Amino acid sequence: MNLFKALCLVLLLISQAAYAGKTFDAIKKRGEIKCGVTTGIPGFSVPDSKGKWTGIDVDVCRAVAAAMFGNPEKVTFVPLSSQQRFTAIQSGEVDLLSRVTTHTLSRDTSLGLNFAPVTYYDGQAFMVRKSDGIKSAKDLNGATVCVQQGTTTELGLADYFRANRMKFKSVVYEANDEVAQAFVKKRCDAFTTDASGLAAERTRFKNPSQYIILPEVISKEPLAPAVRHGDDKWFDIVKWTVYALLEAEEMGMTSSNVDGFKKSKDPNIKRFLGVTKGNGKALGLSETWAYNIVKKVGNYSEIFEKNIGKKTSLKLERGLNALWKDGGIMYAPPLR
Amino acid sequence: MVYKFTKNPEKRTLPRMEAMAKWMKKNLFSTKANTVLSLFLIAGLIKIFTPIFTWLFVDATWIGDAAACREGSGACLAFINEKFTYIIFGPYPREEVWRPALTMFLMFALLWWSKEPSRWSKKLIKWWAGFVILGWILMSGGLGLAPVKSTSWGGLPLTLVLSFVGIFISYPFGIALALGRRSQMPFIKSICVIYIELIRGVPMISLLFMSSVMFPLFLPEGVSIDKLLRAQVAIIMFISAYMAEVVRGGLAAIPKGQYEAADALGLNYFQTMRFIILPQALKIVIPPSVNTAIGMLKDTSLVIIIALFDLLSTTKASLKDPEWLGFSVEGYLFAAFIYFILCFSMGKYARRLEVEFHRGHKNREVQI
Repeated sequence: MNLFKALCLVLLLISQAAYAGKTFDAIKKRGEIKCGVTTGIPGFSVPDSKGKWTGIDVDVCRAVAAAMFGNPEKVTFVPLSSQQRFTAIQSGEVDLLSRVTTHTLSRDTSLGLNFAPVTYYDGQAFMVRKSDGIKSAKDLNGATVCVQQGTTTELGLADYFRANRMKFKSVVYEANDEVAQAFVKKRCDAFTTDASGLAAERTRFKNPSQYIILPEVISKEPLAPAVRHGDDKWFDIVKWTVYALLEAEEMGMTSSNVDGFKKSKDPNIKRFLGVTKGNGKALGLSETWAYNIVKKVGNYSEIFEKNIGKKTSLKLERGLNALWKDGGIMYAPPLR
Repeated sequence: MVYKFTKNPEKRTLPRMEAMAKWMKKNLFSTKANTVLSLFLIAGLIKIFTPIFTWLFVDATWIGDAAACREGSGACLAFINEKFTYIIFGPYPREEVWRPALTMFLMFALLWWSKEPSRWSKKLIKWWAGFVILGWILMSGGLGLAPVKSTSWGGLPLTLVLSFVGIFISYPFGIALALGRRSQMPFIKSICVIYIELIRGVPMISLLFMSSVMFPLFLPEGVSIDKLLRAQVAIIMFISAYMAEVVRGGLAAIPKGQYEAADALGLNYFQTMRFIILPQALKIVIPPSVNTAIGMLKDTSLVIIIALFDLLSTTKASLKDPEWLGFSVEGYLFAAFIYFILCFSMGKYARRLEVEFHRGHKNREVQI
């Protein structure tokens, strides 16, 4: 195993040296972005019945394509398994990894990735039956909790109860489906995994409205798009595309009303939409890059609501993912 | 099952029902103990299969959306209905789906045509070569058809491409490796032994991983080899090693006298192999090579770990659609049904071939 690790390390070093080239130029020349996504996670990246990719991660790729080419369809989606994903981005098989990947120190450094701003703050949470009257995770003292075996979730569960000096009994299962089934059959009082995963499982239950997800999120899983080291220009574009999505929501621009903003006298809006020139040139894009993102893909709120929000079967709350002024932690630096 | 080539005329004239009654009497109700046992088993089967049948057909939701399915108590066949095109053709562009459909149709038609050994000729090989070229153009575009990249191939056509191309190309490789392993020349022999043992010593997953995860890291910047091609090469390498051992078993079964007879006729090595040994050996190994082929057809579903969208992967992806979560049983049953049809017909055909080829050698009925 050590030999294997050493081999991987050597390969990584080689690959980084080899790919210090210009991703941006390569993409421009190719005329489309190659974007790594999952093979199917509800609400994040999943093909619909017509084979068209949908989800938050997918829309982020489309937004980057809209910024670069003015056309959100200039993307090839490359489905990647979780084992493949880092090699794929390192070896240049994809230009952008938008695949429910948690931003961590080791990935940012030794794996040779640069993470753009977080597009979804996920984290471990609990689901309980509404009829039990539990309102907060702090009420779970003495509860039995269903959890998947050998996951970070299992460790997170133990840590949380220990830190809060509460007792619990865990009921562990091998597969996530079994955990969900056990919870439905009342083998346990609560079911824990990542909040988005809980929401997805809940849609499969017979009466989804009888279950609630408790507001406490007990671990940090900031999911962010990533690019490889070596091309800061490309990194900047991805980074500011995500910021532009947030900024557009903050300014109240949506894909349907953005044209009206073009006549605005607000200097911030003028800069954002490229009426006052500067931002586009700085990024190496056309001045209408941000306009294209909003017009053709939408703002962050639109993407969120369309894929995982209240109107979808996942019914996720904005929570931490609301803008800073609405009580969340989504915040874009000034685009000037 | 008993195959008879001289059909019994008396048996044919018996009315169906009467024949069935006779059969039942002979096989199910011959003694008291057997009768009790038969009745018991039949009752058990009914008990097991009635709920399954009710769930799958009677209570099933045939049309409607996911909400209608969740209301109903039976299987959600509307899910299969909705996802059918995606499961079968994967991410292939919707407006071009007729192309893989036509390719598959042509392939099955050609397979049907070539199932009679009497039609095996050089002309048939030409037909197949023509089909491969035509199929390639149909799938990937050209000659006025819009280009479709191999990354958009998926579903059943991908499973068929990976397994059939893998099996057909690895067959000659396997024969060469088997002959090499039995060769007197130490260099060739050791290369073949090392190759076979090395490949058989690792699981297919690790080969697929090597081809999709490690291999790209060795390539220089900007060079990337098609993902499908890399997986296909890994599969061919893998099957070849197994085929080699299967063929070697056949070679070992040929009596020494056959070699000596060939020598006595003054045939050289290649002539001996081509005209004396291989025709007999390959006939012997039909059952194990079909066994390998069936195994490999199912093994191609492992490409899910390198995110190629074969039949099983498209089924899995369909199950993750947020609007249609929770119908995994229906999805997997559908995929299993398709795999079963493919594997069962391969097995059935192989049994037929055995009978056909043994006609000259054995006079007794072949009981299988």
